[in-house]
Amino acid sequence: MKRLALDVYHTLLESIRTFGAFQLFFLRLVKHSPAILFSRFDLVVKQVYNAGALSLVIIMICGLFVGGVLGLQGYSNLARFNAEDSIGVFAAFGLTKELGPVITALLFAGRAGTSLASEIGLMKATDQLSAMEMMAVNPVRRVLVPRFLGGVIAMPLLAAVFSAIGLFGTHLVAVELLNVDVGAFWQQMQNTVDIEDINEGILKSVVFGITASHIAVWEGYNAIPTAEGVGRATTRTVVITAIAVLVFDFMITAAMI
Amino acid sequence: MDETPENLIEIRDLKYSRGPRPIFDGLNLVIKRGEVTALMGPSGTGKTTLLRLITRQLIPQQGVIYVSGVDVSTLNIRELYEMRQRFGMLFQNGALLTDISVFENVAFPLREHTKLTNRLIRHVVLTKLHAVGLRGAADMMPAELSGGMARRVALARAMVMDPEILIYDEPFVGLDPISMGVIVRLVRRMNDALGITSIIVSHDVAEVSTVADRSFLISEGTVAASGSPDELRTAKSELVRQFMHGMADGPVAFHFQAPGYEEQLLGRDSE
Repeated sequence: MKRLALDVYHTLLESIRTFGAFQLFFLRLVKHSPAILFSRFDLVVKQVYNAGALSLVIIMICGLFVGGVLGLQGYSNLARFNAEDSIGVFAAFGLTKELGPVITALLFAGRAGTSLASEIGLMKATDQLSAMEMMAVNPVRRVLVPRFLGGVIAMPLLAAVFSAIGLFGTHLVAVELLNVDVGAFWQQMQNTVDIEDINEGILKSVVFGITASHIAVWEGYNAIPTAEGVGRATTRTVVITAIAVLVFDFMITAAMI
Repeated sequence: MDETPENLIEIRDLKYSRGPRPIFDGLNLVIKRGEVTALMGPSGTGKTTLLRLITRQLIPQQGVIYVSGVDVSTLNIRELYEMRQRFGMLFQNGALLTDISVFENVAFPLREHTKLTNRLIRHVVLTKLHAVGLRGAADMMPAELSGGMARRVALARAMVMDPEILIYDEPFVGLDPISMGVIVRLVRRMNDALGITSIIVSHDVAEVSTVADRSFLISEGTVAASGSPDELRTAKSELVRQFMHGMADGPVAFHFQAPGYEEQLLGRDSE
């Protein structure tokens, strides 16, 4: 019993220590961010391309189908109340405030987050980060911060693309397939969706971008430098990001209602 | 401190352990300026760890490491990075940055630390690549290089800032005889032509003997023997003889610590 209590105590202590290190690591990223953003913008642009442009296909395909599903579900449910013309509003709220940021963040974790974590983990395993240290180059500034910023910048852009393509998907299904009136579809959306609704989506995607990028670079940087260690770091990136995104989503939604 | 000018690196009473396992237990060692010094020893004796301690990638639990008379543990981050600019290090696997070309790998320290024009950087990089015989590979990616070529590119990168001290971590591992010969000649040539100090960590006795001015044999946390390769080869110590002549058994046991063979086979060890 005493042994069990000691184990729990040590696990708890280790968790608190890790969480503290995680937060200090975030401060290091933030501390170096302005300098990298202004002096090495080329590095950031490259990472925006890696995290953002290379994720575009998966984001657009998923956005299209999520929008299509919203069109089908919205139509079948709203038709019960003769409110199928409001399907545009229904889809716009769902996509801009919730599905756009959340699904983009989950897809980002799976595509760009894993790529970041495994790339950094492999750089560590093959001594590339140590080599930088020996060349008097700080790997946090040179490798981690540009990747972190790349993710933070790419996420809101990807979420915007997801929402836009999603609305197009809803339009295809509702207007072209189910014959909802095109005027009502767009007009009601324009009349009802406020800038605050858009802002909520932007806020969420920025928070999720920071969260997902922070977790990915942390996991990669702290990966055990073996094949198994890098694999575990990659898996943990997806799992922790998914949980963190959903928790933050709940907190932000609760705060903004 | 009684350091003479020719002592470039001086290690005193170094103690370092990883977990409960002591790696160094009172190690003393001096590396002279301008020489090729070899740090040798059986696998797992902490040779690479010693390099990391010298360059302060690790911090000793006890003892002092002086580089040019300066205690490296007292340096702040800025001073540490300034000191590291005096070092060039060749990692065991080359440690080339895999997302940029050979040319950009060699140019990397120049782009990070200098404001040289692209034209000048190109000139310096091609000169260094020419010195290692790989000017023609400038546009290749690291993944396209053989192990020997990768190590030569890494050597070009290590010397691109004209360092004072070049460190080679197991430079001969996994190389074919031709590549190995090339690296051995390069180590000697770079050291003499550029007037630098070289430190080689290796357990390839034959190759090290042809290139080193002085060797240190590290075992059980201390320097077990030191001297010129010839002195080590003719040493009387059992450990030195075992290592230098590659004997399977001796002071360094062939078998890792284990229960009795018969007892283990019969399953009595778990009773």
